[in-house]
Amino acid sequence: MNMEIPMSAPDAAKAPALTRAASAVERGPLVMDCRIQRIYYGQFLAVRDADVPIAKNQITAFIGPSGCGKSTVLRCLNRMNDFVPGFRLEGSVQFRGQDIYAPGVDPVAVRRSIGMVFQQPNPFATTIYNNVAFGLKLNRFKGDYAERIEQALRGAALWDEVKDKLQTSGLALSGGQQQRLCIARAIAVEPDLLLMDEPCSALDPIATRRIEELMLELKQRYTIAIVTHNLQQAQRVADRTAFLFVDTTAGSRTGYLIEYRPTEELFNDPRAEQTKAYIRGEFS
Amino acid sequence: MADATTESPDGSPELRFSFANRRTLVDRSLTVLAIGLAAFALFPLFSVLYMLIVRGGHLLSPSLLTELTPGAGMEGGGIGNAALGTLIVVVVASLFSLPLGILAAIYLAEYAGESQLGTIVRFAGKVLTGMPSILAGVFAYAAIVVTTKSFSAFAGGVAMAILMVPTIMLTGEQALRAVPEKMRLAALGMGASRMETTLRVVLPTALPGILTGVMLALARAMGETAPLLFTALFSDYWFDGKLGAPIASLSVLIYNFSGSPFAHLSELAWAASLVLVALVLVLNVAAQVIIRRPKEF
Repeated sequence: MNMEIPMSAPDAAKAPALTRAASAVERGPLVMDCRIQRIYYGQFLAVRDADVPIAKNQITAFIGPSGCGKSTVLRCLNRMNDFVPGFRLEGSVQFRGQDIYAPGVDPVAVRRSIGMVFQQPNPFATTIYNNVAFGLKLNRFKGDYAERIEQALRGAALWDEVKDKLQTSGLALSGGQQQRLCIARAIAVEPDLLLMDEPCSALDPIATRRIEELMLELKQRYTIAIVTHNLQQAQRVADRTAFLFVDTTAGSRTGYLIEYRPTEELFNDPRAEQTKAYIRGEFS
Repeated sequence: MADATTESPDGSPELRFSFANRRTLVDRSLTVLAIGLAAFALFPLFSVLYMLIVRGGHLLSPSLLTELTPGAGMEGGGIGNAALGTLIVVVVASLFSLPLGILAAIYLAEYAGESQLGTIVRFAGKVLTGMPSILAGVFAYAAIVVTTKSFSAFAGGVAMAILMVPTIMLTGEQALRAVPEKMRLAALGMGASRMETTLRVVLPTALPGILTGVMLALARAMGETAPLLFTALFSDYWFDGKLGAPIASLSVLIYNFSGSPFAHLSELAWAASLVLVALVLVLNVAAQVIIRRPKEF
Protein backbone atom coordinates (compact mmCIF):
# COMPACT_ATOMS: atom_id res chain seq x y z
CA MET A 1 0.00 0.00 0.00
CA ASN A 2 1.29 3.38 -0.99
CA MET A 3 0.56 5.93 1.71
CA GLU A 4 1.04 8.81 -0.73
CA ILE A 5 -2.09 8.20 -2.78
CA PRO A 6 -4.63 10.98 -2.48
CA MET A 7 -7.30 10.41 0.06
CA SER A 8 -10.65 9.26 -1.18
CA ALA A 9 -13.64 11.43 -0.48
CA PRO A 10 -14.85 9.74 2.70
CA ASP A 11 -11.38 10.10 4.25
CA ALA A 12 -11.18 13.70 3.20
CA ALA A 13 -14.48 14.40 4.83
CA LYS A 14 -13.00 13.32 8.13
CA ALA A 15 -9.93 15.46 7.71
CA PRO A 16 -11.24 18.58 9.41
CA ALA A 17 -11.69 16.71 12.66
CA LEU A 18 -7.98 15.93 12.61
CA THR A 19 -6.84 19.42 11.68
CA ARG A 20 -9.01 20.80 14.43
CA ALA A 21 -7.05 19.01 17.14
CA ALA A 22 -3.68 19.53 15.53
CA SER A 23 -3.90 23.27 15.13
CA ALA A 24 -5.83 24.18 18.24
CA VAL A 25 -2.79 25.87 19.76
CA GLU A 26 -1.59 27.94 16.79
CA ARG A 27 -5.15 29.14 16.25
CA GLY A 28 -5.51 30.86 19.56
CA PRO A 29 -8.79 31.30 21.42
CA LEU A 30 -12.03 30.56 19.62
CA VAL A 31 -14.80 33.11 19.23
CA MET A 32 -17.19 30.57 17.85
CA ASP A 33 -17.19 26.83 17.74
CA CYS A 34 -19.58 25.76 15.05
CA ARG A 35 -20.40 22.05 15.10
CA ILE A 36 -23.15 21.55 12.61
CA GLN A 37 -24.38 17.99 12.21
CA ARG A 38 -27.42 18.65 10.05
CA ILE A 39 -29.37 21.66 8.79
CA TYR A 40 -32.85 21.04 7.49
CA TYR A 41 -35.28 23.25 5.64
CA GLY A 42 -38.44 21.26 6.23
CA GLN A 43 -37.67 17.76 4.92
CA PHE A 44 -34.76 19.00 2.84
CA LEU A 45 -31.32 18.26 4.25
CA ALA A 46 -29.38 21.36 3.23
CA VAL A 47 -26.06 20.88 5.03
CA ARG A 48 -24.44 18.08 7.02
CA ASP A 49 -21.21 17.64 8.92
CA ALA A 50 -19.71 21.10 9.02
CA ASP A 51 -17.46 21.69 12.00
CA VAL A 52 -15.85 25.08 11.62
CA PRO A 53 -14.22 26.60 14.70
CA ILE A 54 -13.65 30.34 14.22
CA ALA A 55 -10.56 31.80 15.86
CA LYS A 56 -10.32 35.25 17.38
CA ASN A 57 -8.84 38.05 15.23
CA GLN A 58 -8.71 35.87 12.18
CA ILE A 59 -10.59 35.86 8.92
CA THR A 60 -12.32 32.59 8.21
CA ALA A 61 -13.56 32.09 4.66
CA PHE A 62 -16.24 29.71 3.42
CA ILE A 63 -15.81 28.71 -0.21
CA GLY A 64 -17.44 26.12 -2.42
CA PRO A 65 -19.61 25.65 -5.48
CA SER A 66 -23.09 27.14 -5.76
CA GLY A 67 -25.64 25.40 -3.58
CA CYS A 68 -23.06 23.91 -1.23
CA GLY A 69 -24.67 25.69 1.72
CA LYS A 70 -21.90 28.13 2.61
CA SER A 71 -24.37 30.98 3.12
CA THR A 72 -26.66 28.66 5.04
CA VAL A 73 -23.82 27.82 7.42
CA LEU A 74 -22.90 31.48 7.84
CA ARG A 75 -26.51 32.44 8.58
CA CYS A 76 -26.61 29.75 11.25
CA LEU A 77 -23.95 31.62 13.16
CA ASN A 78 -26.22 34.53 14.11
CA ARG A 79 -29.54 32.70 13.83
CA MET A 80 -30.61 34.56 10.69
CA ASN A 81 -31.95 31.24 9.43
CA ASP A 82 -34.63 31.43 12.09
CA PHE A 83 -36.58 33.55 9.59
CA VAL A 84 -36.63 30.74 7.03
CA PRO A 85 -39.74 28.59 7.52
CA GLY A 86 -38.91 24.97 8.35
CA PHE A 87 -35.32 25.68 9.38
CA ARG A 88 -33.94 23.15 11.87
CA LEU A 89 -30.43 22.61 13.14
CA GLU A 90 -28.86 19.51 14.64
CA GLY A 91 -25.59 20.17 16.39
CA SER A 92 -24.38 23.14 18.33
CA VAL A 93 -22.95 26.58 17.75
CA GLN A 94 -20.91 27.67 20.73
CA PHE A 95 -20.41 31.41 20.92
CA ARG A 96 -17.96 32.40 23.64
CA GLY A 97 -18.86 29.32 25.61
CA GLN A 98 -22.64 29.39 25.15
CA ASP A 99 -24.69 27.39 22.68
CA ILE A 100 -26.69 29.99 20.77
CA TYR A 101 -29.24 27.30 19.90
CA ALA A 102 -29.79 26.24 23.50
CA PRO A 103 -33.35 26.60 24.72
CA GLY A 104 -33.98 29.95 26.38
CA VAL A 105 -31.47 31.80 24.23
CA ASP A 106 -32.91 34.97 22.69
CA PRO A 107 -31.89 35.15 19.01
CA VAL A 108 -32.29 38.94 19.12
CA ALA A 109 -29.64 39.10 21.85
CA VAL A 110 -27.37 36.80 19.82
CA ARG A 111 -27.57 39.09 16.79
CA ARG A 112 -26.62 42.12 18.88
CA SER A 113 -23.17 40.65 19.53
CA ILE A 114 -22.67 39.26 16.03
CA GLY A 115 -22.69 41.73 13.17
CA MET A 116 -23.71 40.89 9.63
CA VAL A 117 -22.91 42.38 6.25
CA PHE A 118 -25.10 41.20 3.39
CA GLN A 119 -24.50 40.46 -0.27
CA GLN A 120 -26.49 43.50 -1.42
CA PRO A 121 -25.56 46.75 0.30
CA ASN A 122 -28.63 47.54 2.41
CA PRO A 123 -28.35 50.91 4.14
CA PHE A 124 -31.51 52.24 5.73
CA ALA A 125 -33.40 55.01 3.93
CA THR A 126 -32.10 57.66 6.28
CA THR A 127 -29.02 59.78 6.82
CA ILE A 128 -25.50 58.37 6.96
CA TYR A 129 -25.37 59.46 10.60
CA ASN A 130 -28.59 57.64 11.50
CA ASN A 131 -27.47 54.53 9.66
CA VAL A 132 -24.41 54.20 11.87
CA ALA A 133 -26.30 55.31 14.98
CA PHE A 134 -28.94 52.61 14.49
CA GLY A 135 -27.19 49.86 16.44
CA LEU A 136 -26.09 52.28 19.14
CA LYS A 137 -29.69 53.39 19.66
CA LEU A 138 -30.85 49.77 19.70
CA ASN A 139 -28.35 49.06 22.46
CA ARG A 140 -29.38 52.22 24.33
CA PHE A 141 -25.83 53.53 24.04
CA LYS A 142 -25.39 56.46 26.43
CA GLY A 143 -21.99 57.80 25.42
CA ASP A 144 -20.84 60.26 22.77
CA TYR A 145 -22.63 59.36 19.53
CA ALA A 146 -20.61 61.70 17.31
CA GLU A 147 -17.37 60.15 18.51
CA ARG A 148 -18.53 56.56 18.07
CA ILE A 149 -19.94 57.29 14.64
CA GLU A 150 -16.72 58.91 13.49
CA GLN A 151 -14.77 55.98 14.90
CA ALA A 152 -16.97 53.46 13.06
CA LEU A 153 -16.81 55.37 9.77
CA ARG A 154 -13.04 55.65 10.08
CA GLY A 155 -12.91 51.95 10.84
CA ALA A 156 -14.83 51.29 7.65
CA ALA A 157 -12.50 53.59 5.66
CA LEU A 158 -15.43 55.83 4.76
CA TRP A 159 -14.91 58.82 7.04
CA ASP A 160 -12.95 61.03 4.65
CA GLU A 161 -15.53 60.58 1.91
CA VAL A 162 -18.61 61.34 4.03
CA LYS A 163 -17.47 63.52 6.94
CA ASP A 164 -18.99 66.64 5.34
CA LYS A 165 -22.30 65.03 4.46
CA LEU A 166 -23.30 62.94 7.45
CA GLN A 167 -26.82 64.33 7.23
CA THR A 168 -27.37 63.25 3.62
CA SER A 169 -29.02 60.01 2.63
CA GLY A 170 -27.07 56.78 2.85
CA LEU A 171 -28.81 55.67 -0.34
CA ALA A 172 -27.15 58.50 -2.29
CA LEU A 173 -23.73 56.84 -1.90
CA SER A 174 -22.14 54.58 -4.52
CA GLY A 175 -22.47 50.80 -4.15
CA GLY A 176 -19.01 50.39 -2.66
CA GLN A 177 -19.55 53.28 -0.27
CA GLN A 178 -22.93 51.84 0.73
CA GLN A 179 -21.29 48.53 1.56
CA ARG A 180 -18.66 50.28 3.67
CA LEU A 181 -21.49 52.19 5.36
CA CYS A 182 -23.05 48.83 6.19
CA ILE A 183 -19.73 47.69 7.61
CA ALA A 184 -19.51 50.90 9.68
CA ARG A 185 -23.05 50.29 10.90
CA ALA A 186 -22.09 46.77 11.95
CA ILE A 187 -18.82 47.66 13.70
CA ALA A 188 -20.27 50.70 15.51
CA VAL A 189 -21.60 48.33 18.17
CA GLU A 190 -18.22 46.54 18.37
CA PRO A 191 -19.48 43.03 17.63
CA ASP A 192 -17.51 40.01 18.79
CA LEU A 193 -17.87 38.48 15.36
CA LEU A 194 -18.59 40.01 11.96
CA LEU A 195 -20.29 37.80 9.39
CA MET A 196 -19.98 38.79 5.74
CA ASP A 197 -22.10 37.04 3.16
CA GLU A 198 -20.43 37.60 -0.24
CA PRO A 199 -19.93 41.28 0.63
CA CYS A 200 -18.26 42.12 -2.68
CA SER A 201 -20.37 40.25 -5.17
CA ALA A 202 -22.39 43.36 -6.05
CA LEU A 203 -19.31 45.58 -6.29
CA ASP A 204 -16.82 46.51 -8.99
CA PRO A 205 -13.18 45.38 -8.71
CA ILE A 206 -11.90 48.63 -7.23
CA ALA A 207 -14.57 48.74 -4.53
CA THR A 208 -13.92 45.04 -3.91
CA ARG A 209 -10.23 45.69 -3.35
CA ARG A 210 -11.03 48.43 -0.85
CA ILE A 211 -13.32 46.14 1.12
CA GLU A 212 -10.62 43.47 1.15
CA GLU A 213 -8.02 45.91 2.46
CA LEU A 214 -10.56 46.98 5.04
CA MET A 215 -11.13 43.40 6.18
CA LEU A 216 -7.41 42.96 6.78
CA GLU A 217 -7.39 46.10 8.92
CA LEU A 218 -10.54 45.11 10.76
CA LYS A 219 -9.19 41.77 11.86
CA GLN A 220 -6.80 43.54 14.24
CA ARG A 221 -9.86 44.36 16.34
CA TYR A 222 -12.58 42.04 15.15
CA THR A 223 -13.12 38.47 14.09
CA ILE A 224 -14.52 37.95 10.62
CA ALA A 225 -16.24 35.05 8.88
CA ILE A 226 -16.82 35.56 5.19
CA VAL A 227 -18.60 33.65 2.46
CA THR A 228 -17.11 34.21 -0.96
CA HIS A 229 -17.40 32.66 -4.39
CA ASN A 230 -14.18 34.37 -5.33
CA LEU A 231 -11.21 32.09 -4.69
CA GLN A 232 -8.66 34.86 -5.11
CA GLN A 233 -10.50 36.82 -2.48
CA ALA A 234 -10.28 33.94 -0.02
CA GLN A 235 -6.57 33.62 -0.79
CA ARG A 236 -5.97 37.35 -0.35
CA VAL A 237 -7.78 37.83 2.94
CA ALA A 238 -8.52 34.59 4.77
CA ASP A 239 -6.34 33.03 7.46
CA ARG A 240 -8.30 29.83 7.34
CA THR A 241 -10.59 28.52 4.66
CA ALA A 242 -13.40 26.01 4.82
CA PHE A 243 -14.23 24.25 1.56
CA LEU A 244 -17.76 22.96 1.29
CA PHE A 245 -18.98 20.69 -1.44
CA VAL A 246 -22.37 19.51 -2.53
CA ASP A 247 -23.39 15.88 -2.39
CA THR A 248 -25.92 15.05 -5.09
CA THR A 249 -25.75 11.28 -4.76
CA ALA A 250 -29.05 10.62 -2.98
CA GLY A 251 -31.01 12.67 -5.53
CA SER A 252 -30.84 15.56 -3.11
CA ARG A 253 -28.46 18.48 -2.76
CA THR A 254 -26.71 18.42 0.55
CA GLY A 255 -23.70 20.54 1.33
CA TYR A 256 -20.93 19.24 3.57
CA LEU A 257 -17.49 20.28 4.70
CA ILE A 258 -14.61 18.74 2.75
CA GLU A 259 -11.69 20.40 4.47
CA TYR A 260 -11.01 23.31 6.77
CA ARG A 261 -7.40 24.37 6.98
CA PRO A 262 -5.09 27.36 6.90
CA THR A 263 -5.75 29.10 3.58
CA GLU A 264 -2.25 28.68 2.20
CA GLU A 265 -2.21 24.95 2.92
CA LEU A 266 -5.66 24.46 1.45
CA PHE A 267 -4.77 26.15 -1.81
CA ASN A 268 -1.22 24.83 -2.15
CA ASP A 269 -1.79 21.33 -0.92
CA PRO A 270 -5.45 20.42 -1.18
CA ARG A 271 -6.15 17.00 0.25
CA ALA A 272 -9.46 16.05 -1.32
CA GLU A 273 -10.02 15.50 -5.02
CA GLN A 274 -13.03 17.83 -4.91
CA THR A 275 -10.91 20.64 -3.47
CA LYS A 276 -8.24 20.13 -6.14
CA ALA A 277 -10.82 20.21 -8.90
CA TYR A 278 -12.56 23.25 -7.45
CA ILE A 279 -9.45 25.38 -7.06
CA ARG A 280 -8.37 24.38 -10.55
CA GLY A 281 -11.63 25.99 -11.62
CA GLU A 282 -13.21 22.86 -13.06
CA PHE A 283 -16.64 23.83 -11.76
CA SER A 284 -18.24 26.70 -9.94
CA MET B 1 -35.41 45.92 -45.24
CA ALA B 2 -37.91 44.00 -47.27
CA ASP B 3 -40.85 46.14 -46.14
CA ALA B 4 -42.01 48.02 -49.25
CA THR B 5 -43.18 51.05 -47.30
CA THR B 6 -39.77 51.71 -45.87
CA GLU B 7 -37.74 51.35 -49.06
CA SER B 8 -37.23 53.85 -51.85
CA PRO B 9 -37.11 52.72 -55.51
CA ASP B 10 -33.34 52.55 -55.74
CA GLY B 11 -33.21 50.02 -52.92
CA SER B 12 -31.71 52.26 -50.24
CA PRO B 13 -33.68 52.43 -46.98
CA GLU B 14 -36.20 55.25 -46.71
CA LEU B 15 -35.17 57.36 -43.75
CA ARG B 16 -37.18 60.54 -44.30
CA PHE B 17 -40.23 61.27 -42.19
CA SER B 18 -43.50 60.96 -44.09
CA PHE B 19 -47.20 60.70 -43.31
CA ALA B 20 -47.46 58.43 -46.32
CA ASN B 21 -46.01 55.73 -44.15
CA ARG B 22 -48.95 53.85 -42.66
CA ARG B 23 -47.18 53.25 -39.37
CA THR B 24 -46.47 56.95 -38.92
CA LEU B 25 -50.05 57.83 -39.77
CA VAL B 26 -51.53 55.40 -37.24
CA ASP B 27 -49.02 56.47 -34.62
CA ARG B 28 -49.84 60.15 -34.96
CA SER B 29 -53.62 59.65 -35.16
CA LEU B 30 -53.67 57.58 -32.00
CA THR B 31 -51.60 60.20 -30.19
CA VAL B 32 -54.04 62.92 -31.21
CA LEU B 33 -56.97 60.73 -30.20
CA ALA B 34 -55.44 60.07 -26.79
CA ILE B 35 -54.82 63.76 -26.16
CA GLY B 36 -58.38 64.57 -27.22
CA LEU B 37 -59.90 61.97 -24.92
CA ALA B 38 -57.74 63.12 -22.02
CA ALA B 39 -58.99 66.67 -22.52
CA PHE B 40 -62.54 65.37 -22.74
CA ALA B 41 -62.09 63.54 -19.43
CA LEU B 42 -60.92 66.75 -17.78
CA PHE B 43 -63.85 68.70 -19.17
CA PRO B 44 -66.33 67.85 -16.34
CA LEU B 45 -63.77 68.76 -13.67
CA PHE B 46 -63.03 72.13 -15.19
CA SER B 47 -66.64 72.90 -15.96
CA VAL B 48 -67.56 72.20 -12.34
CA LEU B 49 -64.71 74.40 -11.14
CA TYR B 50 -65.81 77.11 -13.57
CA MET B 51 -69.39 77.00 -12.33
CA LEU B 52 -68.28 77.07 -8.70
CA ILE B 53 -66.11 80.12 -9.27
CA VAL B 54 -68.76 81.95 -11.29
CA ARG B 55 -71.62 81.22 -8.88
CA GLY B 56 -69.79 81.16 -5.55
CA GLY B 57 -66.64 83.18 -6.19
CA HIS B 58 -68.18 86.59 -5.60
CA LEU B 59 -69.09 85.61 -2.03
CA LEU B 60 -65.50 84.78 -1.13
CA SER B 61 -64.39 87.13 1.61
CA PRO B 62 -62.93 86.83 5.09
CA SER B 63 -66.41 87.15 6.59
CA LEU B 64 -67.58 84.08 4.65
CA LEU B 65 -65.32 81.98 6.85
CA THR B 66 -65.81 83.89 10.10
CA GLU B 67 -69.58 84.34 10.27
CA LEU B 68 -72.42 82.01 11.20
CA THR B 69 -74.89 80.66 8.71
CA PRO B 70 -77.84 83.06 8.37
CA GLY B 71 -81.39 82.01 9.12
CA ALA B 72 -83.97 81.51 6.40
CA GLY B 73 -84.71 84.73 4.54
CA MET B 74 -81.88 86.67 6.17
CA GLU B 75 -79.02 88.35 4.32
CA GLY B 76 -75.30 88.34 5.12
CA GLY B 77 -73.69 85.71 7.28
CA GLY B 78 -71.20 83.07 6.19
CA ILE B 79 -70.32 79.43 6.42
CA GLY B 80 -67.73 79.65 9.21
CA ASN B 81 -69.44 77.18 11.54
CA ALA B 82 -69.78 74.65 8.71
CA ALA B 83 -66.14 74.93 7.62
CA LEU B 84 -64.97 74.54 11.22
CA GLY B 85 -67.44 71.68 11.72
CA THR B 86 -66.08 69.81 8.72
CA LEU B 87 -62.57 70.15 10.11
CA ILE B 88 -63.67 68.95 13.57
CA VAL B 89 -65.51 65.93 12.20
CA VAL B 90 -62.46 65.09 10.08
CA VAL B 91 -60.19 65.37 13.12
CA VAL B 92 -62.49 63.06 15.13
CA ALA B 93 -62.57 60.63 12.19
CA SER B 94 -58.76 60.74 11.95
CA LEU B 95 -58.36 60.02 15.66
CA PHE B 96 -60.17 56.73 15.07
CA SER B 97 -59.12 55.82 11.56
CA LEU B 98 -55.41 56.67 11.61
CA PRO B 99 -54.31 54.40 14.45
CA LEU B 100 -56.73 51.68 13.40
CA GLY B 101 -55.87 51.84 9.70
CA ILE B 102 -52.11 52.10 10.14
CA LEU B 103 -51.93 49.34 12.76
CA ALA B 104 -54.06 47.12 10.53
CA ALA B 105 -51.73 47.91 7.63
CA ILE B 106 -48.73 46.93 9.76
CA TYR B 107 -50.45 43.69 10.68
CA LEU B 108 -51.23 42.89 7.05
CA ALA B 109 -47.83 43.79 5.66
CA GLU B 110 -45.49 42.64 8.43
CA TYR B 111 -47.22 39.88 10.34
CA ALA B 112 -50.17 38.37 8.46
CA GLY B 113 -48.33 37.09 5.40
CA GLU B 114 -50.61 34.72 3.55
CA SER B 115 -52.41 33.64 6.72
CA GLN B 116 -56.15 33.09 6.65
CA LEU B 117 -56.90 36.00 8.97
CA GLY B 118 -54.80 38.30 6.80
CA THR B 119 -56.61 37.19 3.66
CA ILE B 120 -60.00 37.74 5.29
CA VAL B 121 -59.06 41.20 6.60
CA ARG B 122 -57.67 42.20 3.19
CA PHE B 123 -60.82 40.98 1.43
CA ALA B 124 -63.06 42.79 3.92
CA GLY B 125 -61.04 45.96 3.36
CA LYS B 126 -61.52 45.75 -0.39
CA VAL B 127 -65.25 45.20 0.02
CA LEU B 128 -65.51 48.14 2.44
CA THR B 129 -63.74 50.57 0.09
CA GLY B 130 -66.57 50.02 -2.36
CA MET B 131 -69.30 50.28 0.27
CA PRO B 132 -71.92 53.03 -0.38
CA SER B 133 -71.14 55.81 2.08
CA ILE B 134 -74.74 56.05 3.20
CA LEU B 135 -74.37 52.63 4.83
CA ALA B 136 -71.60 54.01 7.06
CA GLY B 137 -74.03 56.75 8.09
CA VAL B 138 -76.84 54.30 8.78
CA PHE B 139 -74.49 52.11 10.78
CA ALA B 140 -73.26 55.02 12.93
CA TYR B 141 -76.88 56.14 13.32
CA ALA B 142 -77.92 52.76 14.67
CA ALA B 143 -74.81 52.24 16.77
CA ILE B 144 -74.34 55.69 18.27
CA VAL B 145 -77.18 58.12 17.54
CA VAL B 146 -79.87 55.66 18.64
CA THR B 147 -78.01 54.46 21.72
CA THR B 148 -76.96 57.95 22.90
CA LYS B 149 -80.31 59.39 21.80
CA SER B 150 -78.55 62.34 20.18
CA PHE B 151 -77.16 63.37 16.82
CA SER B 152 -73.55 64.30 17.38
CA ALA B 153 -70.22 65.34 15.92
CA PHE B 154 -68.84 62.19 17.49
CA ALA B 155 -71.25 59.97 15.53
CA GLY B 156 -70.35 61.89 12.36
CA GLY B 157 -66.68 61.28 13.01
CA VAL B 158 -67.25 57.57 13.53
CA ALA B 159 -69.24 57.28 10.29
CA MET B 160 -66.45 59.05 8.44
CA ALA B 161 -63.80 56.89 10.11
CA ILE B 162 -65.58 53.76 8.84
CA LEU B 163 -65.14 55.11 5.32
CA MET B 164 -61.49 56.03 5.88
CA VAL B 165 -60.13 52.90 7.56
CA PRO B 166 -60.17 50.56 4.52
CA THR B 167 -58.41 53.09 2.29
CA ILE B 168 -55.76 53.86 4.90
CA MET B 169 -55.28 50.16 5.62
CA LEU B 170 -54.93 48.99 2.02
CA THR B 171 -52.74 51.86 0.76
CA GLY B 172 -50.70 51.59 3.96
CA GLU B 173 -50.14 47.88 3.37
CA GLN B 174 -48.91 48.59 -0.17
CA ALA B 175 -46.55 51.28 1.12
CA LEU B 176 -45.13 48.96 3.79
CA ARG B 177 -44.71 46.10 1.33
CA ALA B 178 -42.78 48.39 -0.98
CA VAL B 179 -40.01 48.67 1.64
CA PRO B 180 -37.22 46.38 0.38
CA GLU B 181 -36.86 43.12 2.28
CA LYS B 182 -33.11 43.69 2.54
CA MET B 183 -33.74 46.66 4.86
CA ARG B 184 -35.73 44.45 7.21
CA LEU B 185 -32.93 41.87 7.17
CA ALA B 186 -30.37 44.59 7.87
CA ALA B 187 -32.28 45.67 10.97
CA LEU B 188 -32.90 42.10 12.12
CA GLY B 189 -29.22 41.30 11.56
CA MET B 190 -28.30 44.23 13.81
CA GLY B 191 -30.26 42.58 16.60
CA ALA B 192 -33.48 44.54 16.27
CA SER B 193 -36.63 42.71 17.28
CA ARG B 194 -39.57 42.48 14.88
CA MET B 195 -41.21 45.43 16.63
CA GLU B 196 -38.05 47.55 16.54
CA THR B 197 -37.55 46.68 12.88
CA THR B 198 -41.09 47.76 12.08
CA LEU B 199 -41.06 50.95 14.14
CA ARG B 200 -37.54 52.15 13.47
CA VAL B 201 -36.94 51.07 9.89
CA VAL B 202 -40.01 49.92 7.97
CA LEU B 203 -42.52 52.51 9.17
CA PRO B 204 -40.29 55.58 8.63
CA THR B 205 -39.33 54.32 5.18
CA ALA B 206 -42.96 53.75 4.21
CA LEU B 207 -44.23 56.98 5.76
CA PRO B 208 -44.63 59.03 2.55
CA GLY B 209 -46.73 56.25 1.01
CA ILE B 210 -48.83 55.86 4.15
CA LEU B 211 -49.43 59.60 4.33
CA THR B 212 -50.59 59.61 0.72
CA GLY B 213 -53.24 57.06 1.59
CA VAL B 214 -54.29 59.10 4.61
CA MET B 215 -54.62 62.26 2.51
CA LEU B 216 -56.70 60.50 -0.13
CA ALA B 217 -58.96 58.99 2.51
CA LEU B 218 -59.36 62.40 4.18
CA ALA B 219 -60.12 64.12 0.90
CA ARG B 220 -62.78 61.57 0.05
CA ALA B 221 -64.36 61.59 3.52
CA MET B 222 -64.46 65.39 3.65
CA GLY B 223 -66.76 65.60 0.68
CA GLU B 224 -69.19 62.93 1.87
CA THR B 225 -72.68 64.06 2.78
CA ALA B 226 -74.57 60.84 3.33
CA PRO B 227 -72.70 59.61 6.41
CA LEU B 228 -73.22 62.97 8.13
CA LEU B 229 -76.94 63.40 7.36
CA PHE B 230 -77.94 60.77 9.91
CA THR B 231 -75.21 61.44 12.41
CA ALA B 232 -73.79 64.96 12.73
CA LEU B 233 -76.97 66.51 11.37
CA PHE B 234 -76.47 70.29 11.24
CA SER B 235 -76.23 73.26 13.55
CA ASP B 236 -76.61 76.99 13.03
CA TYR B 237 -74.22 77.73 15.87
CA TRP B 238 -70.50 77.57 16.48
CA PHE B 239 -68.97 74.39 17.80
CA ASP B 240 -69.12 74.78 21.58
CA GLY B 241 -66.64 72.11 22.54
CA LYS B 242 -69.23 69.36 22.93
CA LEU B 243 -68.74 66.44 20.60
CA GLY B 244 -72.05 65.02 21.82
CA ALA B 245 -74.05 67.72 20.07
CA PRO B 246 -75.01 68.10 16.40
CA ILE B 247 -72.46 69.99 14.32
CA ALA B 248 -72.50 71.86 11.02
CA SER B 249 -70.50 70.67 8.04
CA LEU B 250 -69.88 72.01 4.55
CA SER B 251 -71.31 69.00 2.79
CA VAL B 252 -74.57 69.00 4.74
CA LEU B 253 -74.77 72.79 4.35
CA ILE B 254 -74.59 72.35 0.60
CA TYR B 255 -77.25 69.66 0.75
CA ASN B 256 -79.58 71.80 2.90
CA PHE B 257 -79.06 75.20 1.28
CA SER B 258 -78.93 74.19 -2.36
CA GLY B 259 -82.59 73.21 -2.27
CA SER B 260 -83.58 76.34 -0.37
CA PRO B 261 -86.11 78.73 -1.93
CA PHE B 262 -84.07 81.67 -0.63
CA ALA B 263 -81.64 82.90 -3.25
CA HIS B 264 -79.04 83.99 -0.71
CA LEU B 265 -78.88 80.55 0.89
CA SER B 266 -78.39 78.82 -2.43
CA GLU B 267 -75.61 81.29 -3.21
CA LEU B 268 -73.98 80.37 0.10
CA ALA B 269 -74.24 76.72 -0.99
CA TRP B 270 -72.24 77.59 -4.12
CA ALA B 271 -69.62 79.35 -2.01
CA ALA B 272 -69.47 76.40 0.40
CA SER B 273 -68.97 74.04 -2.56
CA LEU B 274 -66.09 76.16 -3.74
CA VAL B 275 -64.49 76.11 -0.28
CA LEU B 276 -64.99 72.35 0.01
CA VAL B 277 -63.49 71.66 -3.41
CA ALA B 278 -60.57 73.93 -2.53
CA LEU B 279 -59.98 71.99 0.71
CA VAL B 280 -60.09 68.66 -1.13
CA LEU B 281 -57.81 70.01 -3.82
CA VAL B 282 -55.30 71.22 -1.24
CA LEU B 283 -55.25 67.78 0.37
CA ASN B 284 -54.78 66.05 -2.98
CA VAL B 285 -51.99 68.38 -3.98
CA ALA B 286 -50.34 67.83 -0.60
CA ALA B 287 -50.55 64.07 -1.21
CA GLN B 288 -48.96 64.51 -4.64
CA VAL B 289 -46.15 66.59 -3.16
CA ILE B 290 -45.46 63.85 -0.62
CA ILE B 291 -45.36 61.17 -3.34
CA ARG B 292 -43.10 63.19 -5.58
CA ARG B 293 -40.66 63.93 -2.78
CA PRO B 294 -37.36 62.20 -3.57
CA LYS B 295 -37.39 58.75 -2.01
CA GLU B 296 -34.07 59.32 -0.32
CA PHE B 297 -35.34 59.46 3.20
